[in-house]
Parts: sequence; C-alpha cells; structure tokens
Amino acid sequence: MSLVSIDQIHKYYGENHVLKGVDLKVAPGEVVSIIGRSGSGKSTLLRCINGLEAYQQGAIVVDSQAVEDDEYKLRLLSRSVGMVFQNFNLFPHMTAGENVMLAPKLVLGQDSKTSRAHAQELLEKVGLGDKFDAYPNNLSGGQQQRVAIARSLAMSPKVLLCDEITSALDPELVGEVLKVLEQLKAEGMTLILVTHEMNFARDVGDTVVFMHQGKVWETGPSDEVFASPQTSELQSFISAVL
Amino acid sequence: MMQFSDWDILRNLLLAARWTLLLSLIAFTGGGLVGLCLTLARSLRNPLISGFIKAYVELFQGTPLLMQLFLAFFGLSLIGIDVDPWTAAGLSLTLFSSAFLHEIWRGCIDALPKGQWEACRTLGLSYLQTMRYVILPQALRIAIAPTVGFSVQIVKGTALASIIGFVELTKAGTMLNNATFQPFKVFAMVAALYFIICYPLSLFAKHLENKTHVTR
Amino acid sequence: MSYQLNFSGLLPYLPQFAAGIWATIELTLISTFLGLLLGTIGAAGRNSRYRVARTLWGCYVEIIRNTPFIVQLFFIFFGLPALGLKLSAWQAGMIAMVVNLGAYSTEIIRAGIDATPKGQWEAGKTLGLSRRQIFIRIVLPPAFQRVYPALVSQCIIVMLGSAVVSQISLEELTFAANFAQSRTFLSFESYLLTAVLYLVLALLMRQSFAFAAKRLFKNPSL
Repeated sequence: MSLVSIDQIHKYYGENHVLKGVDLKVAPGEVVSIIGRSGSGKSTLLRCINGLEAYQQGAIVVDSQAVEDDEYKLRLLSRSVGMVFQNFNLFPHMTAGENVMLAPKLVLGQDSKTSRAHAQELLEKVGLGDKFDAYPNNLSGGQQQRVAIARSLAMSPKVLLCDEITSALDPELVGEVLKVLEQLKAEGMTLILVTHEMNFARDVGDTVVFMHQGKVWETGPSDEVFASPQTSELQSFISAVL
Repeated sequence: MMQFSDWDILRNLLLAARWTLLLSLIAFTGGGLVGLCLTLARSLRNPLISGFIKAYVELFQGTPLLMQLFLAFFGLSLIGIDVDPWTAAGLSLTLFSSAFLHEIWRGCIDALPKGQWEACRTLGLSYLQTMRYVILPQALRIAIAPTVGFSVQIVKGTALASIIGFVELTKAGTMLNNATFQPFKVFAMVAALYFIICYPLSLFAKHLENKTHVTR
Repeated sequence: MSYQLNFSGLLPYLPQFAAGIWATIELTLISTFLGLLLGTIGAAGRNSRYRVARTLWGCYVEIIRNTPFIVQLFFIFFGLPALGLKLSAWQAGMIAMVVNLGAYSTEIIRAGIDATPKGQWEAGKTLGLSRRQIFIRIVLPPAFQRVYPALVSQCIIVMLGSAVVSQISLEELTFAANFAQSRTFLSFESYLLTAVLYLVLALLMRQSFAFAAKRLFKNPSL
C-alpha cells in the first residue's frame, strides 16, 4: 500500500501545460529524489502533493486522504504532509523554539509546556539544542534550514516534502542539512525531495524520478538509474550535473 | 434673504475652487524651488548647513500647519509687512511644502545603493559629476511618484487657509452653510470637489509608483 | 523691527495652556489607539477574500485620503446632525481623528502585509494553520514592525492635525492659544509658544513610540 499515490495528474498555468499526466507511487519509508532541469515541473509536482498548487486533472491520495482544492481538507492533510522550503520561510519575529512550537500549539492544541519540551527535543535532534532562543536572522543558512526541518517534524508528518532545501545554502553548509535527512531516513521517515544533490540522490535515495517536459521521463532504483540511464535526455542531464 | 438653489451652491463652490487650485499651484511651485535649493545645499555636506536644514525640516514637520499659518499671518505684520491672507497663506504653504519636498527628494537620493557612489569613485568621477550624471537621473525617476503624491497633501493643506480668512473652497463652504443652513449638503459638495481634484493626482502617483517599481 | 516680544503677558493664561495640552494628549492617545485598531481591521478587510469588503473599505480609504481633514471634521460636526446624529465637539473631533488615522493606517499596514514573502503564507499553510491564524500570528506582527516608522509619523501627523479641531470649539491646545490671543492681543507670542509646545509634543511622541518599539518587537532586526 503506497503512502503517496499520484495518478495521471495534469496541471496548467493558463495556456501553459506544466504537468502532463504524472504518475508516482511512494511507499512508506521510501526516499524519492525528483531530479530534472529547471522548468521540468518537478517543484510544481511536489507542491501539488500538499495542495499548495491545485491541479486540473487526475488524483493524488496521501495517507488515504484525497488532495483536493478545499481549504479545510488541506488543513487536515497538512498533519500528514510536512514541507521544507528552499528559502526556509522561518517566521522572522519568532525564536527558533517558537517557530517549532507554533503549529502544535495552534493546530493540535498542545499546551505550552508539552510543545516546548517537544520543540527542545526536535531542535536537539537536528543539532541545535542550544539555539532555542535564537532568532532566525542570527542563525546561519544551514542552521535555519535545520530549524525549518524541526518545525515540520513537530507536526509528526508521515511524509516530508523537501523543495530544493540545500539550493540557497553556501556549499560548506549543505552537509549538515543532508546529514539530518539521512538520519530521518534511518528512522523510517518517508521523504520526497526535489534536489540538485546528485550524490545524495544516488547514495541515500531509494528511488529517482527524472522529470522532463512535464512528464516522468525515467524512473527506477537510484543506483540503477545513475549507473545506466536509459534515455538520452537523462544521460545528458547526468553528464551535465555530475 | 437670498435663496440658494443647489446650482447656486455648486457654482459658488466651483468659483472658490479656482483659488484652492491657484494657491496649491503657488505652494507647489514655490515649495519645489525652495526644496530644490535645500536639497542642493544639503548635498554640499557642510555640517553647519545640513544641521540648519535638518532643524528647518523638523520645525515644519513637527508643528501644525495651522500654527505656521497663524505665525506667518501675525508675524509678518509684526515686522511691518502689510499682510493679506494671500501673502500669509502663500508664504506658509510654500515653506511647509519645501520642507516636505526636500525630505522626499533627499530620501530618494539616499535610497540609491552605495555601490553607485563607489563605482563612480573608482571611475574617477568628481562629486559633482557623480551627482549630475549618475545619482540625479536615477533619483529623479524614483522621486516623481512621491512628489505627485505630496501635491495631494498641498491641496488639502490649502483648506486651512480658510481659517485665516482666505476665501477658497472650504471657506466658501462655511459661508454658504451659514447662508443656507444645509451643512450636510454643502460640506458633502465641498468634500466631493476636493475629491475630484485630489483623487486623479493620487491615482497618477500610484500609477507612476507602479511604473518605477516594474522598471527597477 | 522695534517690536519687543512679550511672553510675560501670557503668564495668566498658563492654566488654559496646560489644560489645552492635556486635552490634546488625551485626544491623541485615544485616537491613536482606536485609529490603529481601525487600520488593522481595515488592512484585514482590504485583504479579505470577499470583494465587497475590499471595495467598500477601499472607498472609505480613498475618500478620507483625498479630502482635507477640516472638511471631514465640518461634515461630521455640522453635517451629521442634519441626519439626526447630534455630536458634541469632543465626539465629533474624536470621530474625525479616528476615521482619519484609520484610513491612512489601513494603507500603511496593508503595504506592510503586501511586503510579506509568499513563502510565509505557504509555510503557515503546510503547518496546517487556518487563514486567520496565519494572518494574525505570522503575517501581521512582522508587517506591523516593518511599517512601524511610517505609522509613527502618521500618528504624529494626526496629533498635529488635531489643531484644527479648535475650529469646532473643542478646547485643546490651539483653542487655548486662540483664547489667550483674543484676550491679550499677543497673537504672535501665543502662537509661537503653542508651536513650540506642539514641537515638544511631537518629539515626546516619537520618543515614546521608540520606547514602545523596544518592548513590542522582541527581534529588533527582522
């Protein structure tokens, strides 16, 4: 039984047909890397999974909830689906700890004490136990991104969507973020990532999805896909980025 | 007693609106000229001059326009100048506008990235050359929208001249109200006329603002 | 130029000036609080998903911003009683100031809201927060902080603008000045003193707002 099931979805921006019948199944605990050139529709696909973008045809089911364009249903869905963004999107007026505590308090109705303890635990998990009271603008990019991961983990999601989460980071800060992802995989978290980190996709990811022109052009187990790409598009893409 | 029809009221208000427009024009032109001088003087970076201009701006932005009008009206007569409401209103609105326009323009110059100055320095341009060829052309572009926007404040500011007896739109309104006892109608019409003058200016300012944002 | 300024002639009227200052402060405090509240509600209204709310509030903002305060005041004080709504000078002056600040602060706060990165809304959504929660908890506080300097300036402008309510015999600072000059004929002195008092009030206001900012905004640099 797959945790995420995407069935023939089509997405248009006006005249522009960005997703042309995409299928994807993700099993619990699987780590899926979506790769492809910019404009191939990979970020759009990711954003359809938690309803940030509406799609026009097809169906997406996550954790047996249909993803529909309905505010209330999407709010329920957000308990199962976490998301980490390229630009972190931390709330600048709140400390790291407050960022992590906010949703459990407002959405799950946790009391301050419980959510504070949980937030502290999560920050420790991402290696930032001592940064509870720091404001985002006093943290490095890598630290901010780890806070953002802790923030989405606070809702105990079943699947975590990562949208190019290392792209805005200085090269020396990428490693600390990827390490957290590895740790999450080891704990059995389901991850879907749009990424440019090919080494990570190959070594840590289970499955690779190569998107091209709004379609899943090629997909398969990571090691196989990278070792012997079948299509010429993927071959040229891999030789360009590796 | 004379009877006023709606048309009479409107006609009298429209006639008075001419003086609102003329006073606004004087204040805007005069204020623009003085404000320009202030801006140029400030760019000399003489601490004494800059300090003086800062105090000047603080004075006009930190006191009510009504006080400025009163002081011009009563102060000019103290130094032996025969004041009529025209002179007093024209003078004080000019000074008031100059302080605000100077602040706006200085802000536009300051808003340019420091890199522009640095680039000019590395190219060996003098201070005046930098101003003339690089800073002013860019500052001017971003200054147009807030300048037009401020003209709305000037038009509204002229309404206070009514208090020192200048017969413009607002004063005409109070006079017509005293004659007709129809305050609701009269002041609604007065407000509508101000709106007709100011709203296009506001729209134009907004339009200019959007344009500079897009091209920037 | 032989005229000697005579401030001592105003001494007997100091109690009137003191009462006037107090009235101006009172007017300013109340109208600042209510006006900013109205502006915050207005900014939410301008951001509403209901078109009617957006349009109606937009009309209110544009009408107020494009007509002089004194005309708004006269309309409220002289015009509204014609509709059966009798108001005291205090009520009329207060309403005029609140309505005026409400319109300007709506636009200022809205600009702050518009400057919110889209990602902030998205982050809130993916965490399962409702629209209202996102608006109040995530969007509004930084937006408010972003435009705080502009709001402070606008509140000071409204305080200075309150000089005009003397025209409906509301006994504030300018009214005191009018009163003193009508008795002493020391017009220039009265208004010079009053102008200085307004200047001091404006400076004090700026200081108080700066002080409040320290307590209000825990993270001073967003």
